[in-house]
Amino acid sequence: MSTLEIDRVRKAYGNLEVLKEVSISIGTGDFLVLLGPSGCGKSTLLNMIAGLETITGGEIRIAGKTVNDLSPKDRDIAMVFQSYALYPTMTVRQNIEFGMKIRKIAQAERDKAVKTASDLLQITHLLDRKPSQLSGGQRQRVAMGRAIVREPKLFLFDEPLSNLDAKLRVDMRTEIKRLHARLGTTIVYVTHDQIEAMTLATRVAVMKDGVVQHLDDPQTVYDRPANVYVARFVGSPAMNIIPGTLDVTGESVSALVDIAGKRTGRIVSIALSQEAARKYNGKKVLVGIRPENFSVANSSSPASLTVDVDVVEPTGPDTLVVFQIGGVEVTARLPPKQADAGREAHLSIDSSKIVLFDAETEARID
Amino acid sequence: MADAISQSNKMRLGRIAIYVCLVVVALLYLMPLWVMVVTSLKPLDEIYNGSFIGLPKAVTLDAWRSAWSEACIGTECTGLKPYFVNSLLMVIPAVALSTGIGALNGYILTKWKFPGANFVFGLLLFGCFLPYQAILIPMARTLGLLGLAGSIPGLVLVHVAYGICFTTLFFRNYFVSLPDELTKAAMVDGAGFFRIFWSVILPTSIPIIVVSCIWQFTQIWNDFLFGVSFTSGSSSPITVALNNIVNVTTGRKQYNVDMAAAMIAAIPTLFVYIVAGRYFVRGLTAGAVKG
Repeated sequence: MSTLEIDRVRKAYGNLEVLKEVSISIGTGDFLVLLGPSGCGKSTLLNMIAGLETITGGEIRIAGKTVNDLSPKDRDIAMVFQSYALYPTMTVRQNIEFGMKIRKIAQAERDKAVKTASDLLQITHLLDRKPSQLSGGQRQRVAMGRAIVREPKLFLFDEPLSNLDAKLRVDMRTEIKRLHARLGTTIVYVTHDQIEAMTLATRVAVMKDGVVQHLDDPQTVYDRPANVYVARFVGSPAMNIIPGTLDVTGESVSALVDIAGKRTGRIVSIALSQEAARKYNGKKVLVGIRPENFSVANSSSPASLTVDVDVVEPTGPDTLVVFQIGGVEVTARLPPKQADAGREAHLSIDSSKIVLFDAETEARID
Repeated sequence: MADAISQSNKMRLGRIAIYVCLVVVALLYLMPLWVMVVTSLKPLDEIYNGSFIGLPKAVTLDAWRSAWSEACIGTECTGLKPYFVNSLLMVIPAVALSTGIGALNGYILTKWKFPGANFVFGLLLFGCFLPYQAILIPMARTLGLLGLAGSIPGLVLVHVAYGICFTTLFFRNYFVSLPDELTKAAMVDGAGFFRIFWSVILPTSIPIIVVSCIWQFTQIWNDFLFGVSFTSGSSSPITVALNNIVNVTTGRKQYNVDMAAAMIAAIPTLFVYIVAGRYFVRGLTAGAVKG
């Protein structure tokens, strides 16, 4: 039993409100990622869960128990920091033991816990070294070891991978995922890297300006983003947001988009509720299309758009093709060598993946 | 080829010029010390015969013995010994207390920030610029009210109060470079205010502790004004006693004893610099080359 409920939590510094009524609830064993750009309040929220920042309003409950007024040590949590925050004068062993020493756990038990954790993280050979003698990845492991021996109800990770180089980051990411699978502890993880969020999370909360924009499992956040902001933040290259006009004829819903110098593009068979279709018929909408949902037209998937290719960027496995639709730059991810810069390309679109947004509120239309 | 040779010759000439310059300056700088040492080793007659800079003809430690245990200060002919002890009794608690309080202040001002912490720090900094003379009279009155006038504990209090602004400045600037996450991690680990200070923060602060101790030791040991103002007679520190030896003489002025006494008064600070000097430089530059 280690659920986490964040119930209408607010945080204000004087008149500056950094968190506005945030509500998130996750179950035992969940991996919650708080995702957002710097300054969105995600780290503040994590610090509030840890008890390192006071809560202005609302309630935080860990395993059903309100922790608002508990100090960090009484919340049954462990935290891994961005800078690792290893105690520089202590050896790795002393670092891992420190918390247990304070809680007056017997030496024999401490040794056992250190051994289990260091075996799990493969840092047994480093136990007598000082943090300054370790590499970034090793420090990261020690920081996790310090958290593991606590056997907390809740692990908190504050951008733990952002100080590592790209290669190591991918390795450690896998390692964290493996750790979560083995320990099954509930985790709250803060990052600004959407790939980390996608790969690690069971639940993602995309935040902006102190408000949770979208809270769901990663695939849903990716496929059906709640608004334009989430659509653009998650995924790389970002989702294309193209201004268009909705056209409903009988049962069939399509969107018309202007293409400079070409005939108007028609994106057909968009899934939409009858109610929304009625409401938005003939109105301006924003059409969201992921780059990978474009493909080169062939006999089985007829072209819905003809565009002039502007730039071609091969990445190896596939090629990013850039062109203009509806006055905005659009990127498509196509197989290599399927389009040339300066030439015309005939593209079809996987319409089942299209997401429509309201042109005014930028919220998703279902 | 010829160019290369003339180039390297030029370089060598430059080097020689630099070294000559350095040696001359060093000699000039060491001159007073040289005079002090040789004078203190000469019998008085030899000095009065005009030998001032040259090596002593007959080396004698009489002047040192006299300065240490026989020279008359006022009416008491005890030498510097009791005053040396006074200075130790003053400097050790004063350095320990001011460094300890400075460390605690720095810790609070950086890791347990409260509203107005920077303002308080600003006020403390103000103390660094306060001239000694400005506080003599209020301090004398305060010491009188506390019943500490004319005593060594009173002098310790003055030096601690005056030193806190400097030591706080040292520690605060050092602790500011320690990541806040360190304190947070320790809090999550369950450590409290003093536990974090003692187990996490202080062990990382050896260089700045040394800097603070050296600074305070030299300041307090060398202080004359507070010593002469707030103590009298047998509770004076060594600087005051040295002044009395040198300035109050009957008969011929005993240059050799004066010099020996001055050397004795300077030895502890020299010793501290030689033993801990490398930490001093390291500590002062610690913030600059963090890595």
